[in-house]
Amino acid sequence: MPVNYYIFLSITLFVIGIIGVLTRRNAIIIFMCIELMLNAVNLLLVAFSKMHHLANAAKDITAGSDGQLFVFFIMVVAAAEVSVGLAIIVMLYRNTHSVDVNFLNRLKH
Amino acid sequence: MKNLILLIPLLPFIGFLINGLGRKYLPKSAIGIIGSGTVLASFIASIMVFFRLDELSGQQISNNARIIGDPVVKYFDFINIPSLKVPFAFQIDQLSSVFLLIITGVGFLIHVYSTSYMHEEENQHFARYFAYLNLFVFSMLLLVMGANYVIMFIGWEGVGLCSYLLIGYWFKNTEYTKAANKAFIMNRIGDAAFLLAIFWIVSKVHSTNFTDVFAAVSSFSATDKIWITLLLFIGATGKSAQIPLYTWLPDAMAGPTPVSALIHAATMVTAGIYMIARSNVLYSAAPLTMNIVAIIGAATALFAATIALRQNDIKKVLAYSTVSQLGYMFLALGSGAYVAAVFHVMTHAFFKALLFLGSGSVIHAMSGQQDIRFMGGLKNKLPITYWTFLIGCLAIAGIIPFSGFFSKDSILLAAFEHNKFLYVVGLLTAGLTAFYMFRLLFITFFGAFRGTEEQRHHVHESPAAMTIPLVVLAVLSAIGGFINIPEVFTHGGEKLTEFLAPVVPNAKATVSHSTEWLLMGLTTVIAVIAILIAWSRYKTYKEEQPSAFGNLLQNKWYVDELYDSVIVKPLNALGRFSNSVFEKSGIDGLVNGVGRLVNYASRQLRLLQSGQVGSYILLMVISMVIFFVLEFFLRK
Repeated sequence: MPVNYYIFLSITLFVIGIIGVLTRRNAIIIFMCIELMLNAVNLLLVAFSKMHHLANAAKDITAGSDGQLFVFFIMVVAAAEVSVGLAIIVMLYRNTHSVDVNFLNRLKH
Repeated sequence: MKNLILLIPLLPFIGFLINGLGRKYLPKSAIGIIGSGTVLASFIASIMVFFRLDELSGQQISNNARIIGDPVVKYFDFINIPSLKVPFAFQIDQLSSVFLLIITGVGFLIHVYSTSYMHEEENQHFARYFAYLNLFVFSMLLLVMGANYVIMFIGWEGVGLCSYLLIGYWFKNTEYTKAANKAFIMNRIGDAAFLLAIFWIVSKVHSTNFTDVFAAVSSFSATDKIWITLLLFIGATGKSAQIPLYTWLPDAMAGPTPVSALIHAATMVTAGIYMIARSNVLYSAAPLTMNIVAIIGAATALFAATIALRQNDIKKVLAYSTVSQLGYMFLALGSGAYVAAVFHVMTHAFFKALLFLGSGSVIHAMSGQQDIRFMGGLKNKLPITYWTFLIGCLAIAGIIPFSGFFSKDSILLAAFEHNKFLYVVGLLTAGLTAFYMFRLLFITFFGAFRGTEEQRHHVHESPAAMTIPLVVLAVLSAIGGFINIPEVFTHGGEKLTEFLAPVVPNAKATVSHSTEWLLMGLTTVIAVIAILIAWSRYKTYKEEQPSAFGNLLQNKWYVDELYDSVIVKPLNALGRFSNSVFEKSGIDGLVNGVGRLVNYASRQLRLLQSGQVGSYILLMVISMVIFFVLEFFLRK
């Protein structure tokens, strides 16, 4: 499959993520959109690393494997980030009985 | 030898540090001993250097064999850049060693006198006084010992600073503080000219060492010579109180009396004379400047003498007499008689220190009264002060055989050869000097006592610490002149001229012996007549009749008022104008405008910081998109 398809797909996912972050007020949905953006980038990384591997496998059998490695790292870090982020949202809910991000601007005052 | 020389200025400096830093802890006796002791030690070191001078300056063993010496003793590099090297070096030759002896010797006597005179001061201020006094001596020693103009300038500024500190010693009195400011500012005018002269020399010679500069004189153009010497001379008029910068010296009387003695006799005012005598090679090459020096000197001598005729403050009379005598010295310098000037510096140091300390003794006895109209009849009450003061008056009036006679005579002789008109001015001044000094003496010590009843009971002779320096100085004033007794009196005279000959050339007198006798006789006759007039007029005190001319003299020719209205007031007005116009609307407007602009801009900028997370993210996305667009479409 041409790499273009992957690029279009991940751009679409990324833009959906951005629009979600910008327009929604529910903290959990914003969080999901951020995850979506993260995974759009992951998809792109995997696609490019596969492309490199196919192009350079004759010379170097490990070519492009670093991209795949990165993806694993990102997934691990994302898992940690999700646990922290969800914990914050839980605390937020306990304090305000709402997950509306517009309440977060209280720190301003 | 090198270390011995270094000790001379270092000892007073150590005294300054101890007294200055320990002023809260030291008892008065210790302060006095440290203050005077360091100067005494420095005097002893100066004597030792004086007797071992041959090691430095070279010596004539026989007619054609000579040990070449080097009077310059270098310690370290003071300034060292490619185009200019200024070593921290001392030049100890005949001229500076004579000055060293005068400064430390007379300075020591003044220190001893001060221990008693200032005894009523508080401990802390007593120590402050001695610290300043020691610093003063240190600066003056640095000035005369320096082997280049830069080191000399350091000492030059140092004495200016110390005179400021000491004149304003009683700083709680606003008048005294003003007098101190006046002295400092007047001196700064001269100092600026001195500094310009140094820059001029540096640009021509790339060195300020006396030896280098004097060796390069022949390569100077006529303009260089005239301007360098003229600027140096302006510096000297500030420090040595000549027209037009003399007005600070009479006001310097605000300081304690021993300080006046120190400023007028041993240090400070002789700095200008020393500097010109030291630069005699330069001056001899610039006859035009020499003439200006002689004219200014003669004018100052006469001018100050006329003012002294009508002053009623005992210290003011002496102050104007100092200005007048300094005028004499400049007349001698301008006539090319450098040795006569140095000689007069020496005898003047003796008798002026004596007169000032004597007046201090009188003021001390009269509980602070300085106006001679309220004294009178002190002859029997203060016998030691009276007799020593009389010797001082005889010396300054130029009565044979007191020291002033010989030095004044050699100056007048030089003036006679140089210019007959200046000689007449000098002669007239000699008569006036004798008159006003004896007017002072007669009003103060003769006639009836005119003070209050309280003062009459209080009058007493001063303690030994004050009278001993008086006696020593009186002896020196009486016999000090014999060191340079003219050839006409005795063979093998003029020892000072001979001694100074390697450093300071002195034109041999060309007039015949009979003319010389005649001139001496004329000076003496005029002085004696002046004294007799003073005797007949003032032996019993009468109120002086006010007259137009007398008022003019009493108000010092209104020079202070003239300076005030021509320079001080316009400057003040300019200051007020700048304050109200430039400061308020210009500078303040600019500064406040910048402040307001920042305030306004930040208020606008604050609108961006809404605190809405969504809007921040939107901005982030928009800017990222802009970057991508730029990256894709504007890339070459």
